Amino acid sequence: MQHTLRQIFRSGKFVVGFSIFAAILLIVTIYPLLVRESPLTIIGQGTFFPPGIYVSVYDSLTSPRYTLQLDDAAAKRLASRLSDDDRLAMKEWLVGAGLLESEIDTTDTARLLGLWEATYDPAKRIPGLTNAKRNYYVRLDASLDGLLATEGLSLATKDPQTGALIETGQVAQTDYANVSQVANLRVLALGTDNFGRDVLTELVTATGVSLQIGIVAGLVATLIGLTLGLLAGYVGGLVDDVITFVTNLFIVIPSFVLLILISFSIGQEQRGAFTIAVVIGLTGWVWTARAVRAQVISLRNRDHVNLSKLSGHSIFRIIVADILPYIASYVVMALILQISSAILAEAGLSILGLGPRTTDVPTLGQMMNWAFIYQAYILGKWWAYLPALAAIALVSFSMNLMNTGLDQVFNPALRE
Amino acid sequence: MGKTMLEVRELTTKYVTRYRENVYAVDHVSLKVEEGRSLGIAGESGCGKSTLALSLMGYYFPPLHYTSGQILIDGRDISAMSPDDVRKSVLGAEIAYIPQAAMNALNPTQKVIHFIEDVIRAHDLYITKKDIYERARKLFETLGLPAAVLQKYPVELSGGMKQRTVIAISVMLFPKVLIADEPSSALDVTSQKMVIKMLRQLMEVGFVSAMIFITHELPLLYNVTDDIMVMYAGQIVEKATSEEAVFDPLHPYSKGLMGSIIVPEQGLRDVKLTAIPGVPPNLKNPPTGCRFAERCKYVMKECTSLPSIPLQEVSGGRSYRCLIPEAELRELYAREAHSHGHH
Amino acid sequence: MAITKQICLSTSGLTKIFGFGRRQTVAVDHVDLNLYEGEVVSIVGESGSGKTTLAKILLGLINETAGDVFFQGQKRDISSHQKRQEYWRNIQAIFQDPFSSYNIFNKIDSVLLDCINMRGGRGLARAAKVELMREACSFVNLKFEELTNKYPFELSGGQMQRLMIARIFLLKPKILIADEPTSMIDACSRATILDELMKLRDEIKMTIIFITHDIGLAYYVSDQVYIMERGKIVESGSADEVILRPRAAYTQRLISDVPKIHEEWDLSTV
Repeated sequence: MQHTLRQIFRSGKFVVGFSIFAAILLIVTIYPLLVRESPLTIIGQGTFFPPGIYVSVYDSLTSPRYTLQLDDAAAKRLASRLSDDDRLAMKEWLVGAGLLESEIDTTDTARLLGLWEATYDPAKRIPGLTNAKRNYYVRLDASLDGLLATEGLSLATKDPQTGALIETGQVAQTDYANVSQVANLRVLALGTDNFGRDVLTELVTATGVSLQIGIVAGLVATLIGLTLGLLAGYVGGLVDDVITFVTNLFIVIPSFVLLILISFSIGQEQRGAFTIAVVIGLTGWVWTARAVRAQVISLRNRDHVNLSKLSGHSIFRIIVADILPYIASYVVMALILQISSAILAEAGLSILGLGPRTTDVPTLGQMMNWAFIYQAYILGKWWAYLPALAAIALVSFSMNLMNTGLDQVFNPALRE
Repeated sequence: MGKTMLEVRELTTKYVTRYRENVYAVDHVSLKVEEGRSLGIAGESGCGKSTLALSLMGYYFPPLHYTSGQILIDGRDISAMSPDDVRKSVLGAEIAYIPQAAMNALNPTQKVIHFIEDVIRAHDLYITKKDIYERARKLFETLGLPAAVLQKYPVELSGGMKQRTVIAISVMLFPKVLIADEPSSALDVTSQKMVIKMLRQLMEVGFVSAMIFITHELPLLYNVTDDIMVMYAGQIVEKATSEEAVFDPLHPYSKGLMGSIIVPEQGLRDVKLTAIPGVPPNLKNPPTGCRFAERCKYVMKECTSLPSIPLQEVSGGRSYRCLIPEAELRELYAREAHSHGHH
Repeated sequence: MAITKQICLSTSGLTKIFGFGRRQTVAVDHVDLNLYEGEVVSIVGESGSGKTTLAKILLGLINETAGDVFFQGQKRDISSHQKRQEYWRNIQAIFQDPFSSYNIFNKIDSVLLDCINMRGGRGLARAAKVELMREACSFVNLKFEELTNKYPFELSGGQMQRLMIARIFLLKPKILIADEPTSMIDACSRATILDELMKLRDEIKMTIIFITHDIGLAYYVSDQVYIMERGKIVESGSADEVILRPRAAYTQRLISDVPKIHEEWDLSTV
């Protein structure tokens, strides 16, 4: 046993797969301890906030202010409000309006703005300008107002009686707030989804739930497959014929279709994560049963089994002591594959909207489903679906890698 | 004395294991086979017989590696050639090799004539199909195989017939040396006899000039080959004619081996079979001195204290690897036989 | 002969058919055996002759299609697990391949302990069990101290097969079926195994049934020889009779095809 373990951990593929899987497990267990927020809490009003650090504007105005004289502050501010694309568009308009191309320098913001203010006229007809483009220029022109202003902003409160604004303070361009002194900020490393939920928290919980579904489904499938395989292989005769018939029946019906039909007939309300896991397990045992049966048949005729019979051992003891240990490595490998394929099956089901009901827990498949329904793919909101996709890929990649590693250890023909 | 067809000088080859350990399975082996003669190699499993057979072809692939020594076929040194040259110009044309399960090497989807085409085309690109068939038919008929076999698929042939077909295919180019490694041990006795008969025929009609035959079945070896070489733990421990090796072995290991022969002949039930206790040494770190010392009843102090035991030449071209002189060994054996008689 | 020999195991019309309908094959075809107590009997046949199937039927590992097996004059009854266990106290086996005869996950001790338990030694003290195991090992010239707590793969093929004999020594059955016990081990260990089997027979007075393809070996070890061809017994009798003066054409062919060393081996017959 110890020797086998040492051999397994000498296999590079297994170790890489195992490390990835262990890291995922670790994150899934530790993260909820640190972030005690329900993964389905809606925090954002609006859809698909991009990833980043969200600082409360209100709190940063009232937090202590520091004056910093930074040379590149103005340039950076300009750059963030006037992008390179905007500058090029401005140049294009100016050239269209009859200015010489060589006279316009897009890097010189002040000169560019000066030229723009002097020349721009929304009513002017530039040849080849589409309506959409014309509207864009109108918007651009409006946003340029006060771009070069050096004064700060005034803060005002509203008098509740008269409704008049009373100035309470000024914010200069050189005023800074220290982020650590701002009372409220929120890191949304992966932004929010269509409902305004924190994608990262959701992702970690979903990975955990998907893994649980995978493990339950894998265990169910392996247990059924193992029992039927052992029975068919060892008992033989009529039992074998019946089990083989049922197995063949399940093989010709695509298991995913079966899965869809069962999930659909269970109904949305009854579909908890556990139910889905059991359903996946019930449709996935076929190949394990077949392979175990084949292995047991070849073991049944081995002399050590005959000798065990001659020593008067019971069928139960022969199966447990003389047959199971020989196929244990195979069963473990089958289990790993079953878990990985169950996770994929859950994802497939959920994308179709037949996964666990949406009010309890998120799963990786459901995250994909939501992103799909709210057109995150089309809108380019990558954070809503890519992380879930990566999590599915990583989990099943690590499990398949472990499986290949184990195969190399247990199957001498594949050893290098 | 005929021409020397195969000469091996101090050949050493090794296996490199997964953990980079060297296992010297063939250790400074020298042998000579003259034209028209056959040499048998005997020994327990794991003594290096089959590795020697593989090494003799001069074509090495991991984990087997060439270390030192020379292999001369009809005077041409093939140990210095590149693997590619060996494969193109030596294998099949100069040396043919028949492994134990040769009959399973036939692709089941092809007819027998296809394999023969492959062999001949590799050395003569422009020969017509008809000529190939004619050559094959003639060879098969000479060897007593029905020509109809040529148009059959391997599955249509019995095990014995398949094995004989493979042997016929492997001598299609009339190689100088034929190496047969347990060619008949997977067959029933009747097929075995047919294979043996065919091997003897090959030598008689001159399709091969020299043969090396490897088996652990001594009665078979005795009936097939002119000379016998006994191997133990990668080394040669005795070389003699078949008659001498079986009825008058010198080395204590050969003596033990010959004492374990069982044949259904009158008087067998009165013979006491001898056994050699223990197991062969692990070749990862072979013992110094005599490798058989641990299992030998005549072991002396010098056997293990000397770094190695030389191969001694005795009269009539025999040699054996033991410190005890020939006369003394014979005396020991005679005394033992005598004491057995009294039991 | 002064002492009348007791029949230990006999069969009448024993038949085994595999498969159904057109694809059925008769593996054992109306075999009648009469095995006497204390004798060594060989059943000789080439591969496919049905000798191993016959052995498995005699052992009660597979069921016969027709015919009867009589053990000590009584028709044997192995219909329940209890009765099978009782039967297996009297008949045991050594198989061809020592490497597949062991459960590689169990230590060697467990093989011997099973035998002690089977012979009613379950309640013995640990020390008494160890003493029995030591005795059994030393009977086959193995040292128990060197074997205890080891796994089967740490032993050589010869050692494994000798340990199988030690197992029989502990079980003390009336009949031992040895299915090619020496065909997978080297010739120079063969004599050891055979010697120990014969020593064991003298010790516990059992009947040995040798299943073998090697007619020379059958001649060397046995009192009675049965020659089997395609499920049928074609010739039987004392070893000298069958091997030295064979009457059946099949036996004659079998003997003439085995290589000889003292007599001429006539290659022209094939």
